[in-house]
Amino acid sequence: MQKYLVRRLLNMIPTLLLVSLGVFALVRWLPSDPARLLAGVDESGAIDPALYAKIKKELGLDRPVLMQYGAWLAGIVRGDWGRSYLSGMEVFPQIVHRLRFTVQLGLTAWLFGLLLGVPLGTVSAIRRNSLLDMAVTAFAISGVAIPHFWLGMMLIVVFAVWLGWLPYGGFNANLFTTPLLWIQQMLLPTFVLSTGLAAILMRQTRAALLEVFREPYILTARAKGLQEARVIWAHAMKNSLLPVVTIASLQFGTLIGGTVVTETVFTLPGLGKFVVDAVLRRDYLVVQMGLLVLTVAVMLSNFAADVLYMYLDPRIRYD
Amino acid sequence: MELQRTLRELMRVRLAKFAALVLGVTIIVAICAPWLAPYDPVKAKPWDSLHPPSSKYWLGADRLGRDQLSRLIYGARVSLLIGVGGVAMAVCLGILIGVTAGWYRGVWDEVLMRLMDGLSAFPSLLLALALVAITGGTVLNIILVVGIVGTPWVARVIRSQVLSLREREFVVAVRGLGARPGRIMLKHLIPNCLAPVIVQASLSIAAAILLEAALSFLGVGVRPPTPTWGGMLRHAFETVGQAPWLTVSPGVMIFLVVLAFNFFGDALRDVLDPKLRGTR
Repeated sequence: MQKYLVRRLLNMIPTLLLVSLGVFALVRWLPSDPARLLAGVDESGAIDPALYAKIKKELGLDRPVLMQYGAWLAGIVRGDWGRSYLSGMEVFPQIVHRLRFTVQLGLTAWLFGLLLGVPLGTVSAIRRNSLLDMAVTAFAISGVAIPHFWLGMMLIVVFAVWLGWLPYGGFNANLFTTPLLWIQQMLLPTFVLSTGLAAILMRQTRAALLEVFREPYILTARAKGLQEARVIWAHAMKNSLLPVVTIASLQFGTLIGGTVVTETVFTLPGLGKFVVDAVLRRDYLVVQMGLLVLTVAVMLSNFAADVLYMYLDPRIRYD
Repeated sequence: MELQRTLRELMRVRLAKFAALVLGVTIIVAICAPWLAPYDPVKAKPWDSLHPPSSKYWLGADRLGRDQLSRLIYGARVSLLIGVGGVAMAVCLGILIGVTAGWYRGVWDEVLMRLMDGLSAFPSLLLALALVAITGGTVLNIILVVGIVGTPWVARVIRSQVLSLREREFVVAVRGLGARPGRIMLKHLIPNCLAPVIVQASLSIAAAILLEAALSFLGVGVRPPTPTWGGMLRHAFETVGQAPWLTVSPGVMIFLVVLAFNFFGDALRDVLDPKLRGTR
């Protein structure tokens, strides 16, 4: 197992390098020149060439592209992530601050999705073909098809505009010092972000349980006279939860990617919104680092899902 | 005959009937948009700004006084075009990459698959966001971006199929007869690995429509004044306090079309999968 983990980690290095090269190339192709932006234009629309050259030199943009890439990589390793070309602020602390919120939102939504999806899927499987099963299945199908930003908007219309129970958006709460405000501000974004995951988990739990219910050992357990609750919890759930947990852990990466839209709808101070704003403002360095950090976060969460899968299922051998 | 049988089987699935109805109506509406739309979808009439639903404007008018229904009808064109066009492009690129990687193997396979790994490591919305910011928000560019984002999954599916097909007797026999690689790929490999791709493609159109809507909502989609459902939601969001009704219709349309493509894909998988055939 250790050998596999090391191999898997080593395999991530070329992918990471490719991703960093991709991010660097993407951002270089953005149709805007930061040196031009900083140099500004005079009344006639012209740029002072001396100032332009000076800024280019200061930013290191006059060097060959490969050298710029090398310098950027070296900077990342050293912890020197540079300063935003537009605001002049250091990129590293800004990204860490926003990543903290995005991870907080992602984790809350992940837990919420798990707590909603698995029990509903279980009930749906136990009461197969009942009204409840149909309602849960309808929710599961809708949860995958609904555009998250639209769901967010509709919830804002109902709970913030019409009822006035919850805020429109924004975030300034702390889970430990202002827990009630935290719940108020996090409730809608968490629900929106977790809908897709909850829907997938519901379908998966229901399908896995229905399959396990057909197994001979379940028949044996029932024939022995075990209580139905014990058959379900001790025998069926244990064996059907493996694919569910795997999918749930793989979906964490998707959740982190999905925060972009949720954070924008609810104006939340997360990394997704930060990157979107930076793309719209053509803030090179911020886009570069934000994209890289989010992609690495997704890769790491997928790796964690792999490890969890191996740990949970001793039948799996990767040697 | 095979196509007819598949269609006949497909129409036996209740959800596929619903999907066919929704998609059929949407496609007809998109094609006949100039005759069906009551007003010019891009002409601003500031005096009718945020007009609520009425007999004049069935679904209301937006901030610039443009008829919501007309924009919804024209928006169907863009959404379907980007969804279908983007996935068609992903399928073409994916087939090209997957077949050549699986057939030639070795360094070519390694390089292509690592590239696909790199591409799929990015969260798709973020990658699309950056690519559209670079190329600009035209319909063609967004089709290209959706195609690029969707290529890795097609390439992987096709490659794995080709890896197993290339060892099968009929392929070995054709090689023995001296057929050139191009002919083997085109005549024997590609037709035999299309089934899973067709199923996944219909599900991916739904994802592509959602992606386009999200891009438009984030402000990097198709440039205004071209009406798109995502763009309409973005405008509606800006005036959500004064005209909440504007948020309903584009969202419902996206939801219905995405749902229909999902149902269609699920039904197609049931019909094309021999293990599930006849189980309904």
